[in-house]
Amino acid sequence: MFDKNAKPSPARQQQLDRYSQLVDRLSPKSPMLQGLLRAFWVGGAICCLGQIFIEIGLSWLNMTSTAASTFASTMLVFLTALLTGIGVFDKIGQYAGAGAFVPISGFANAMVSPAMEFRREGMVLGLGAKLFTIAGPVLVWGTSASVVVGILYALFPW
Amino acid sequence: MMSPNRIGQSTILLPSRPRIAASAAIAGKKEGEGPLSSDFDAIIEDDLFGEETWEKAESRFQFAAADACIRKAGLTGKQVDIALGGDLLNQIMASAMAARELHIPFLGLYGACSTMAESLCIASMLVDGGYARNALCTVSSHYCSAERQYRFPLEYGCQRPPTAQWTVTGAGSALVSSDDTLPTLCRCTHATIGRIVDMAVKDANNMGAAMAPAAADTLARHFADTGRGYADYDLIITGDLGQVGHDVLLTLMQERGLPLDAARYMDCGLAIFDKEQDVHAGGSGCGCSAVVLNGHIMRRFRERTLHRILFMATGALLSPTSSQQGGTIPGIAHAIVLEADA
Repeated sequence: MFDKNAKPSPARQQQLDRYSQLVDRLSPKSPMLQGLLRAFWVGGAICCLGQIFIEIGLSWLNMTSTAASTFASTMLVFLTALLTGIGVFDKIGQYAGAGAFVPISGFANAMVSPAMEFRREGMVLGLGAKLFTIAGPVLVWGTSASVVVGILYALFPW
Repeated sequence: MMSPNRIGQSTILLPSRPRIAASAAIAGKKEGEGPLSSDFDAIIEDDLFGEETWEKAESRFQFAAADACIRKAGLTGKQVDIALGGDLLNQIMASAMAARELHIPFLGLYGACSTMAESLCIASMLVDGGYARNALCTVSSHYCSAERQYRFPLEYGCQRPPTAQWTVTGAGSALVSSDDTLPTLCRCTHATIGRIVDMAVKDANNMGAAMAPAAADTLARHFADTGRGYADYDLIITGDLGQVGHDVLLTLMQERGLPLDAARYMDCGLAIFDKEQDVHAGGSGCGCSAVVLNGHIMRRFRERTLHRILFMATGALLSPTSSQQGGTIPGIAHAIVLEADA
């Protein structure tokens, strides 16, 4: 370890490979089909809920379509924050996986849960500093990616 | 010159056979809903234990276990010469805060989930060597404090893979003593100190696989040093290998030509929860082996249904930093032989 270029001896490497195969063989795998089905129906249900909010905005609240979309996002974020706060959303996430956190609900949960967790270390060094521990990487790389895509789009507008 | 109290490469002999005079196990709500609920001294329904933070709550678990253990031995804090404590938190914060209330000379230990065995090994040596008459070993873990330090905020809704384990909320305490006027639950006769074994497992969600080779190594060295075999023990107990580590250990021992009979083998991580409790591969954490040993196993010693066991708590000595830097997980296992008076 302290020699940067040292490689395990072939015998040792063989031993490590064999062990890794043993662990793979004995470790249960995530049930793929079940995960996909759960993610599909929960994710779909969240999106349907969003669509319902859009329709409410359009037909009852006389919103423009942009305003109705924003309204739907806001409502989903609010509901997720509420469910996170009362300790329900983590169970939904555990059940549905990506189905729960790929929609905007996941982003809300990623903001509210550290806020709750690190509030105890104070408003500045706790909540303030750690609010973006989970969402931070998404924002950094999401924004960076959109800049790159934006440049590409400017160069090749077709 | 060979040290007189050592046998073989790495086993320590404890000629005066220090006794465990009392033990206490304080468990959390989920642990209290498991199969061992009747073995615990107290089940604390409130995760926060009346405190404001998870860390303070864990510390209170540890203090409660230590305090109960001292009282069950019929002693006061002043009669305990040294307290050894450990937990999973950074700077072993829960132990230090509990020791602050105990007012007993304190040695803090970190052996990750192996700390219960590590503390018993050291305490029994201190008592055997005459450096302490009464030595107290207390360790704790807390699901909520471990989760926020090692993984994600509690309310973050992510999925855990089936190999992940559930950190036990609880604390266990044992009093090792040379005082003949105290009761004897069992005696510490040998200790085999573990060495780090790292088989290049990187997955922090599969700690059983990271620790099992260390358990195999310690077990094999213990047998080589002492000339004993499985037949000499009623039970071989591992700390928190969980389902994956349990299965891996059985395979590894088979490969070493020392096939471990599943009927003589118990893993605390598998014993503490029911399959229905949604803990995936089983329990983990310092508190896991601590509450099982000091609750369940000590009850069986008291009822005289166990004669001699090998208690081998396993630890995955990773840190969040080492994981993020792509480091592999160093595993360790310390073993101590506990034997009832004939």
